[in-house]
Amino acid sequence: MAQFFAYIVHKKGVADDSALELISAAKKIDSSASVTAIVTGSGADLDKVANEVAASYPEVWKIDNEALAYPNAEVVRKALLNNLPADCILLAPHDTLGMDLFPGLSIKLDSAFVSDVVDIEGVEGAAIKLIRQEFSGQVSTHVSCDMTNGSIITLRPGVFQADESKSAGGSVVDKDAGDVSAKRKYLEVVAAEVGDVDITKSDILVSVGRGIEDQDNLEIIHELAEAMGADVACSRPIVDAKWLEKSRQVGTSGLTVKPKVYLALGISGSFQHMGGVKGNPFIVAVNKNPKAPIFQVADVGIEEDILEFVPELTEAINEAK
Amino acid sequence: MEILVCVKRVPDTSENEIEVDSDGKDIERDDLVYSVNEWDNYAVEEAIQIKDKVGGSVTVVTVGDQESEEVLRREMAMGADNGILLEDDAFEGSDGKGVATILKAAVEKGKYDLILTGAQADDGAAQIGGMLAALLDLPYASLVNSIDVSDEKKLKVGREIEGGNQEMNEIEMPCVLSIQTGINEPRYVGIRGIRKVASVEIPTYGASDLGLGSDAVGEGAAKVKRLDYFVPELGEGAEMLEGSTEEKVAKLIELLKAKGGIK
Repeated sequence: MAQFFAYIVHKKGVADDSALELISAAKKIDSSASVTAIVTGSGADLDKVANEVAASYPEVWKIDNEALAYPNAEVVRKALLNNLPADCILLAPHDTLGMDLFPGLSIKLDSAFVSDVVDIEGVEGAAIKLIRQEFSGQVSTHVSCDMTNGSIITLRPGVFQADESKSAGGSVVDKDAGDVSAKRKYLEVVAAEVGDVDITKSDILVSVGRGIEDQDNLEIIHELAEAMGADVACSRPIVDAKWLEKSRQVGTSGLTVKPKVYLALGISGSFQHMGGVKGNPFIVAVNKNPKAPIFQVADVGIEEDILEFVPELTEAINEAK
Repeated sequence: MEILVCVKRVPDTSENEIEVDSDGKDIERDDLVYSVNEWDNYAVEEAIQIKDKVGGSVTVVTVGDQESEEVLRREMAMGADNGILLEDDAFEGSDGKGVATILKAAVEKGKYDLILTGAQADDGAAQIGGMLAALLDLPYASLVNSIDVSDEKKLKVGREIEGGNQEMNEIEMPCVLSIQTGINEPRYVGIRGIRKVASVEIPTYGASDLGLGSDAVGEGAAKVKRLDYFVPELGEGAEMLEGSTEEKVAKLIELLKAKGGIK
């Protein structure tokens, strides 16, 4: 079997959780796989990460270059292209860097590319059989990926178990980035605006999604939150529509919340949204679509139209007071 | 600025429950409501806003069947100047690289300063923009949620990254950008607007017009193949509350009180 590589995402000298998940994913393709980690970056932070992942990977390729200090995908892609063997199997997380970096790399390497993989069934002949989801998680598909000329597979963060064994005792090998000139220049990261309410500190969240249908209907959500003593949060479409501010958005592209109780109203429950709900809260989902993925992750589900159900709930709570 | 926007006609997941058909080869397509992929609609709006600021033209292109023409007309009713339909039986079964290869051939028939795609579509792969850029050897940025066109040669673009933060970049033109939802507020398109562009001619190109053989596109060239659709064996999932609305409300209040959900 071809050589396995894992691309390690890191920040401030610490490897991302995905670093250990990629190992379990590789073992699902080939249980005897020896996986080489690749870390790109610069200076002391990079050294720290390389040493950290050497505990889990038998070999770590460290590509140190000032141009890689911030992971600008256009630069990282060149460094990887200058180092990876063309027919390798490269595993990486499906995150905002992964989406920026790997579709293009697969073209340059002439490798097969499959993104956002949620499970791996194994190898059949020259193909890897993978599982993905489509239509916002409403249906799954089996996908076959011909690895004859190599393949790049990005994995949904958090779905593969982290390999915590840390018994690799690996070595760090320095690699040269090569020519990494690029036509895109990283400038800065602008931090998210802080809102009037810090939902990351809320114990009870009433979170609203597309099911609210109209901005005027948000009133019923605010009334329920007031009756419960909760704060109002939302999913992405509500912020895209500019009905609530970004500081209310829960999800991987919004905020990570850790409430005790999470009431998801008219939210389908995409993995990007649920990725922002941590701390194992008691989740109640109200949705008129019985097939909404939210019902798989909620503790309690109610199949109702929130526009009718929420006012009744608010009224009953207020009457009971 | 000459702008090309790649769009796709997709089942509208906010209007439909997606179900698998009886033999698991496809989703149940009868009675599905189709529309333009949401991300692509933001991309077209952004292109029109850029054109309104600095001049030029907006062309929308899609790889699809005859019915995809309605999506091109809808985007032309928004303000795109031209539409191009890329249609051929030989395109069927193309993987991401195949679709990007078809688009690349169409890009090379024109001359564009800026090429936009949606950040992702119905299959959630988020791959076409990056592949197209690499095939064209152009710089790329994904998940773009702001574009500043004050310079003629390069753009200042914001990318949406984790935690609601925004990564700012400078990118030389020509370039390819994939557009994230929320970058703007796409304008409403009425029936009247669509009628106005109903008779505008939309050129259609097939494989031979684009110089594409079966070694480059279609099922034969695809290294990645979807084998089936299925609904996974799920865990127990949520405990569904049953009964009348009144009964459900009462049960829920009881549960919320027990879990500290009502202060």
